[in-house]
Amino acid sequence: MTVFIMCFILFLVGLYGVLTRRNLIKIVISVTIMEFSVFLFLVLIGYIENGLAPILTEELNNPVFVDPLPQAMVLTAIVIGLATSAMLLAIAIRLYKKYGTFDIRKINNLKG
Amino acid sequence: MSNLVPLFVILPLATAFLIPIFGRFIEGFQKSLLSLVLLFLTILAIHFIVAGIGQPIAYQVGGWSPENGIPIAIYLVLDGLSVLLLLIISLIGFLSTFYSISYIRKFTSQNNFFALLSLMIAGMNGVVLTGDMFNMYVFLEIAVIASYALVAFGIERTELEASFKYQVLGGVASLLILFAIGLLYWKTQTLNMADIANVLKSGNNGLFLVFTQVLLIAGFGLKAAMIPFHAWLPDAHSSAPSPISAMLSGVLIKAVGIYAILRLFFNMFAISYEISMVITVIGTLSMVVGVFLAIGQWDLKRLLAYHSISQMGYVIIGVGMGMLILAEGGDRSIASLAIAGGLFHLVNHAVFKGLLFLNSGAIEYVTGTRNLKMMGGLFKSLPVTSTTALGASLSISGIPPFNGFFSKLVIIVAAIQGEFYLLAVLAIVVSIVTLASFMKFQRYAFFNKSKFTRKIKEVPFPMCFSMVVLVILCLGLSLLIFPGIRDIILTPAVDVLMETTNYSSAIIGM
Repeated sequence: MTVFIMCFILFLVGLYGVLTRRNLIKIVISVTIMEFSVFLFLVLIGYIENGLAPILTEELNNPVFVDPLPQAMVLTAIVIGLATSAMLLAIAIRLYKKYGTFDIRKINNLKG
Repeated sequence: MSNLVPLFVILPLATAFLIPIFGRFIEGFQKSLLSLVLLFLTILAIHFIVAGIGQPIAYQVGGWSPENGIPIAIYLVLDGLSVLLLLIISLIGFLSTFYSISYIRKFTSQNNFFALLSLMIAGMNGVVLTGDMFNMYVFLEIAVIASYALVAFGIERTELEASFKYQVLGGVASLLILFAIGLLYWKTQTLNMADIANVLKSGNNGLFLVFTQVLLIAGFGLKAAMIPFHAWLPDAHSSAPSPISAMLSGVLIKAVGIYAILRLFFNMFAISYEISMVITVIGTLSMVVGVFLAIGQWDLKRLLAYHSISQMGYVIIGVGMGMLILAEGGDRSIASLAIAGGLFHLVNHAVFKGLLFLNSGAIEYVTGTRNLKMMGGLFKSLPVTSTTALGASLSISGIPPFNGFFSKLVIIVAAIQGEFYLLAVLAIVVSIVTLASFMKFQRYAFFNKSKFTRKIKEVPFPMCFSMVVLVILCLGLSLLIFPGIRDIILTPAVDVLMETTNYSSAIIGM
């Protein structure tokens, strides 16, 4: 149970970072921390104590496997997370070229 | 018949990858291919509607048949509700693409634009069709990542800033959804929505379920820009190129926000009184606060974006009232009327808000400004744009005989019959404020004295064509109020939501 709670704490750390940081790159890092906490959670729900890697072989009788489906899900989610991070960083770099700063207090054209 | 279902995802997805390959060699390849594909999908969706869908049609991807009644494959499920959404997506998508043929001339790299638009449509069709929770997350990410890029397509200061804001909030929303999916898998050991509904029915896990539902409401509420989560919408929708704004406001927030909420909370979870109350309160807040935020806006597209929040509130209260009545075990005919009103308004909003964004794009195309104070006297020089904009404005503010009037009427009648008097009064007040706000738009844009010294010409044919088709639809959709036509298009969708357990039993029993 402790690991699940730590996962949730990691999620909240990321959320806190998104809400309070003023630097674009630090916001991107915070989003990534949130992402990884969810990935860890997904892997953990498939874990079984003393479970083996889910590969079917002849000589094992009644093997205990860990659940392979969350692992497949995590791999997919990591690829999607890569796309999101790349997109965020690309926009952050473009913003830096336009404004000359990463400070979100100075990037505020849109209001109201 | 079921073999045709995957085409809704495959065709736009293939188009998205064919355009960058062949688009650079063949002149006009990107525009014509995407238009043709979307026209074909519109006809296919109409065909499914006219043929009538009794039981949900399920397509098993990869052909894995169920083992001991437990579904293994990813299911694509086509029923009355999803086919309605597919029709809206394909139709508005086709008209926006056709409109873009002229509009996009002011941007470079047309290939990327059309490829991203196609990818976004593939993602939305996938979200609407899928019967699998994780698959829904994947398609949702395809749709929203394409939309992040499209919002930033102008790569000026405001576009980039809006896109960054949209991405951070959208990313948080996606992670909340993924977290909820993980929790559901942990408890039920399955990802198929019908199977999850089946498993949840037998077990009693109250607090856990409430936590998951709250996470899902927060996640999809952020995607649908309901009021406490609305901060990104006015920026993103006003900064995107106008045909994309029409897609975002007209379709995206419905397909990945409202549709997902409806599907999950009606067909997957058992309806509970508390969650229905939360959804109705969020809808009421959106409806009221959205319109008052809109009234002070002078940027035309920001004004329209805030009205999107408010009009989505109407959809949510219609459906929310239906949920409340069902949860209390009240009169089913009133619940059905309320849900029908909500879905009717959803269809109408896609049409008139799409049209209004295309109008604002036409005005920006000829005058180069979005500020209402800088416009004026455009009625003479832009006859087509101004007439269609008048139609759309009357429609959104609920003036008969336009479609907006009838859907609002149905919602208000349902509210009075269901004894939600406060909601009925608020809906009427918001409608009047909307009218005031659109009178401001009409007066400042089209009727005041002209502030332009140069000559202004009407926009090119493709842009006019899309706008005229949409204004005809604004009038034509009023016919949905008549029972004969309503039974073909709207009633199957309402039945899917009314018969809450039918979805899971039909798919498991297959």
